[in-house]
Amino acid sequence: MTKTSTTIGSDWGYAPAPESADHFKLKDQYGLFIGGKFVPAASGKRLKTINPANEKVIAEVADGGEKDVAKAVQAARTAYDKVWRKMSGRERGKYLYRIARIIQERARELAVVESMDGGKPIRESRDVDIPLAAAHFFYHAGWGDKLRYAFPGKSVSPIGVAGQIIPWNFPLLMVAWKVAPALACGNTVVLKPAETTPLTALLFSEICQEAGLPEGVFNLITGAGSTGAALVNHPGLDKVAFTGSTEVGKAIQKSLAGRGTRLTLELGGKAAHIIFEDATIDQAVEGIINGIYFNQGHVCCAGSRLLVQESVEEEVVTKLKARMESLIVGDPLDKNTDIGAINSKAQWDRIRDYLKIGEEEGAELFQTKCSVPEKGYWIRPSFFTRVAQSHRIVQEEIFGPVLAIQTFRTLNEALEKANNTPYGLSGGVWTDKGAKIFKVTRGIRAGVIWANTFNKFDPTSPFGGYKESGYGREGGRHGLRPYVELS
Amino acid sequence: MSRNGTRGSNRRLDVRKTYKMLIGGAFVRSESGRALDVEAPGGQWLGHVCRASRKDIRNAVVAARKAASGWAGATAYLKGQILYRAAEMLEGRASGFQEVLQSIGLTPAAAKAEVSQAIDLLVYYAGWSDKYLQVFGAVNPVATPHFNFSVTEPMGVVAYVAGEKRPLLDLVSGIAPIVVGGNVVITLSTSRASVAAMELGEVLETSDFPPGVINLLCGLREELLGQMASHMDVNALVLQGGDAKEQTACREACALNLKRFFPKEVNEKENEDPYRILDTVEIKTTWHPVGG
Repeated sequence: MTKTSTTIGSDWGYAPAPESADHFKLKDQYGLFIGGKFVPAASGKRLKTINPANEKVIAEVADGGEKDVAKAVQAARTAYDKVWRKMSGRERGKYLYRIARIIQERARELAVVESMDGGKPIRESRDVDIPLAAAHFFYHAGWGDKLRYAFPGKSVSPIGVAGQIIPWNFPLLMVAWKVAPALACGNTVVLKPAETTPLTALLFSEICQEAGLPEGVFNLITGAGSTGAALVNHPGLDKVAFTGSTEVGKAIQKSLAGRGTRLTLELGGKAAHIIFEDATIDQAVEGIINGIYFNQGHVCCAGSRLLVQESVEEEVVTKLKARMESLIVGDPLDKNTDIGAINSKAQWDRIRDYLKIGEEEGAELFQTKCSVPEKGYWIRPSFFTRVAQSHRIVQEEIFGPVLAIQTFRTLNEALEKANNTPYGLSGGVWTDKGAKIFKVTRGIRAGVIWANTFNKFDPTSPFGGYKESGYGREGGRHGLRPYVELS
Repeated sequence: MSRNGTRGSNRRLDVRKTYKMLIGGAFVRSESGRALDVEAPGGQWLGHVCRASRKDIRNAVVAARKAASGWAGATAYLKGQILYRAAEMLEGRASGFQEVLQSIGLTPAAAKAEVSQAIDLLVYYAGWSDKYLQVFGAVNPVATPHFNFSVTEPMGVVAYVAGEKRPLLDLVSGIAPIVVGGNVVITLSTSRASVAAMELGEVLETSDFPPGVINLLCGLREELLGQMASHMDVNALVLQGGDAKEQTACREACALNLKRFFPKEVNEKENEDPYRILDTVEIKTTWHPVGG
């Protein structure tokens, strides 16, 4: 693999293969979705959402404020009291099945918009984000009338109105992770999407209309951080679910401390990806690539710390470099693109800061030589070697295509390094020895562990962190727990 | 806790017990050298208990952390047997405990009932040891060729603040679900309940719990709660009783390291509940490809 890939000439490059965006029409402006209707923000303020691959404005969306949040919470409360909590679980489930089907029907449109708004390669939005979002609704739909089997010995009831705040890395998929279990369990929702990626959540609001979902069961407030704060601080919520940074998660816990509001947090990570000398190295290299360069590294569970056994370090790094050189960075809508645009200018700056910090700390930076477009926000696939456990690039979440490579000699040393961060969201291990797999997967203090694979997701599979990566699970039977009252 | 200077006709002087805390398997006084008076409800002086300091809490966390991986790795069968052994030891000292509970104000009937309930609760949770994973774990039917399963794992070091109403039962009902979940625990008992806690230490020490798995401290709630809630190496805080203000302060302090926080009402009915084990365990999901 290594030899051939280095001798292929430029004649063998891929021709552009852009996905078309002419089969749907986005509006120039979108309102908030409150009580089943699109309405402008009370203040009349709007935000522009930008395509990070060409810095062009795609659409304007409403900038929701306290008044809008209050209206949305009221709409959700009314829908909860008058309609949703009274409806049988079976009927609730049927709405979710409808939503799942419409997501599938509008899949290509959603995938293209996701890639335009957030910068992720169309191959990922088409093959991962959108199908998983549909699957999430399909899975949870079936729980609607079966909740008593999920919690043996308990009687189950909904909590009430949930305020949910989601990040920009998997915009529609995070809508699904948050909304599907909440609705299946009988709660109503006010959701705030990320400032930079509101569009698929707005299309999802249309889908709720198309599905005939009762008014006020799902409400959407677009806006920036202050809109999210207004939502969290609204006293009418019974439950808050947040996915985002650990820093903001801690602040939310503090601001909710004096209220009875339930809280679940899905926060940052700095996953260790451990490669043993007895691993199938070629497959492991693919795993490393998928672990850190999937979705530009904008993944809370990314395998951002590679721990490679000393005896195979040279082989792994050599093969990794060769494989990285074949990655195509560029137009997110091109079907050949492996790594799309960095989601926003702010995140782009942040990643470039970390690249500087890493070099200043004395680590050695490797970046591929691929070309990148002139406009837009791009980072070539990167890794650091010669890093120490105390380096900021080892301890802090970069949220970009930047890997820190360390070595180890013994299994215990690997585990010690793996667990030596405040985070505990995910981890990975590659070895062909079964007993070693179980020892390592048990030893890593994290909520999701991939053995001989990485970055796999499924609606039936619980996801969530240990330690400062947050608490609560999303997906699977365990993901229902944050949305029910047990007695 | 008999404080009669003499007993019977032989005029023999009783040998009193010095109540000590249990930290890392050793019976110790507070490093601060401080003590608290314990009085019966009628105001009669019963003796001294330790007044733990924040430094004692930190020492206990270190001892607990040392014991954490060993206890987490112990088999479910072994953990169940050790909890059952604790029930055996408590049964053997049932009459002594009844006497202690009476001395701090319980009626004979209430004291007897509380000791019986505490013993039965230990047996109850001992039995869950090798079963709760089967009830609460899962094999997940993912839509890709992977074997995917979710198991419970202990959170690690758990701090438990016991109520005072039922001096023995409030403590046992907190400890049992925490340690059967594979966690190690640091408990704080207060006021008269401290006496029962220090007596319980002697039961637990003869039940084969490895040193550091259960650490029993006593002192002032308002002095020590902040240290327990803000300690960066404590993974969870379970708080029994307390008012809204106290719970708010705990939640805020717990945000420092996203310590899991569980305020618990004192509710007898909820003592026997496997979902209490779920409070202080994490769910870990593991993926592995299926194929050649």
